[in-house]
Amino acid sequence: MNPFSYTRATDPQQATQATATNASAKFLAGGTNLIDLMKMGVERPTQLVDVNRLSLAQIEELPNGCGVRIGALARNSDVAQHPLIVQRYPVLSQALLAGASPQLRNLATTGGNLLQRTRCYYFYDPAFPQCNKRNPGSGCGALNGFNRIHAILGQSEQCIATNPSDMNVALAALDAVVQVQSAKGTRSIPIADFHRLPGDTPNVDTNLQADELITAVDLPAIPFATRSHYLKVRDRASYAFALVSVAVALDVQNGRINAARVALGGVAHKPWRAQKAEAALVGKTAGEKAFRAAAETELAAAKGYKHNSFKIELAKRAMVRALSTVAQMT
Amino acid sequence: MNSSDDEVPGDETPPLRSSDAFHEILIFGSPETRRRFLKQVAGTSVAITVGSPLSLFAQRMSETAGGSAPSSAATLPLRLKINGKDVAVEVDTRTTLLDLLREQLHLTGSKKGCDHGQCGACTVLVNGRRINSCLSLAIVHDGEEVTTIEGLANGEQLHPVQAAFVEHDGFQCGYCTPGQICSAVACIKEGHVKSDDEIREWMSGNLCRCGAYPNIVDAIKEAAAKSA
Repeated sequence: MNPFSYTRATDPQQATQATATNASAKFLAGGTNLIDLMKMGVERPTQLVDVNRLSLAQIEELPNGCGVRIGALARNSDVAQHPLIVQRYPVLSQALLAGASPQLRNLATTGGNLLQRTRCYYFYDPAFPQCNKRNPGSGCGALNGFNRIHAILGQSEQCIATNPSDMNVALAALDAVVQVQSAKGTRSIPIADFHRLPGDTPNVDTNLQADELITAVDLPAIPFATRSHYLKVRDRASYAFALVSVAVALDVQNGRINAARVALGGVAHKPWRAQKAEAALVGKTAGEKAFRAAAETELAAAKGYKHNSFKIELAKRAMVRALSTVAQMT
Repeated sequence: MNSSDDEVPGDETPPLRSSDAFHEILIFGSPETRRRFLKQVAGTSVAITVGSPLSLFAQRMSETAGGSAPSSAATLPLRLKINGKDVAVEVDTRTTLLDLLREQLHLTGSKKGCDHGQCGACTVLVNGRRINSCLSLAIVHDGEEVTTIEGLANGEQLHPVQAAFVEHDGFQCGYCTPGQICSAVACIKEGHVKSDDEIREWMSGNLCRCGAYPNIVDAIKEAAAKSA
């Protein structure tokens, strides 16, 4: 691991001053991804700004029934079991519990999870010479390599990596808003605009600026989110990244779909909000026919590679199953 | 409670002469000797022919084990309570909690399996919660309480989870066992022991290559029933 200096931040302003003056400084929270990537030599910060002591771990209701605010330092395990999340946003609780292991969830934070980097083998191991995300302009090793875990939607010729997070998929379905702070002030980033598609700059994962600190994630009030579900399909029953995952919330009145929220994980460079499927579902009678049609619509633009084409049909079936599960909830 | 009243020892290993080190590695010395050898090799790699397999080996070990600190590396003072005992040390900022426990404090019960948070052999309790000590920098835990496998027993009396693992043969080679037991202690405290499936799900962060899983589940069930 490269040497680095260590600073313990006592307030958000002090933390962001450090990152504003040192371009190769990074915030350290749970460290479950960053420390691992530093061991691999993928991340090489010269300074770590430890934000763990900041008072940003609260989970509380927003005023006037506007939803729930999750502090950036709330640990994944604490968010998953918090009554406000379990009762109002079960899809988020389920997504968090589907991710990693209990030990990792005790370390991992909400802000850190948003910034999780891809698990693409060609990115994670510098022994592979080609990775446009790690080394812009070097090419994509996955494109013609072993690409079983890679993207089928929204990818580019420069990068077919996927976002590995489960939490992010639920946040995408719930229209979460990311609150950030820098030396310049504060701003709010809708989750749809937070992560980026790879395009020609796969080295840039998110629209967060280097000096910006995530302080919270807000979940808007969505009454029908009590009827929501997270389905994760993976190579083993637990403790594995998603091949495909689906976050669903449905508002069904008298068998008719009034509103639908659908997001996919494991299929794209960002959590994939399935807006085409949602539009196809509204007004339809809840049932397998409508669910399958919506899934076909969403995946029409999907493109597979040598080892991951199975994901296209898998994603459709996972969507139908997740939608059916929610439709049958009473 | 800690079973020993000894001071936690510092790193006072005498230096090895390289010829001794080569001899000792060839005869597969103790883990302590192997660690000492690797440190020594890492520290003397300039003397080894550049590009030789051994120099690459030494470089690799230096990278993966944290290696000897370059002079530019920062060290910082750190205070912790480990198994009920106050500890004050200087750590390289890069030192993980696992490496602090094993390499500096010689509490080698916590194991380094994958060193990437995938196997759970390094699981310890920090402020009562289980974490992967290999993915957490030691310096982050300044002022916190750490419990390792060495701190579970009460004197000669095994912790109920330790006793249950012995009773049910919850291991074969034993390498994953300290992590399994620390994880199981937390799993029981969290209340995730209502069924075999729930135990399996909430112990999924601890891999056992010997496949002792059925016995581990039995041990946790019994320890949970006794503590209920």
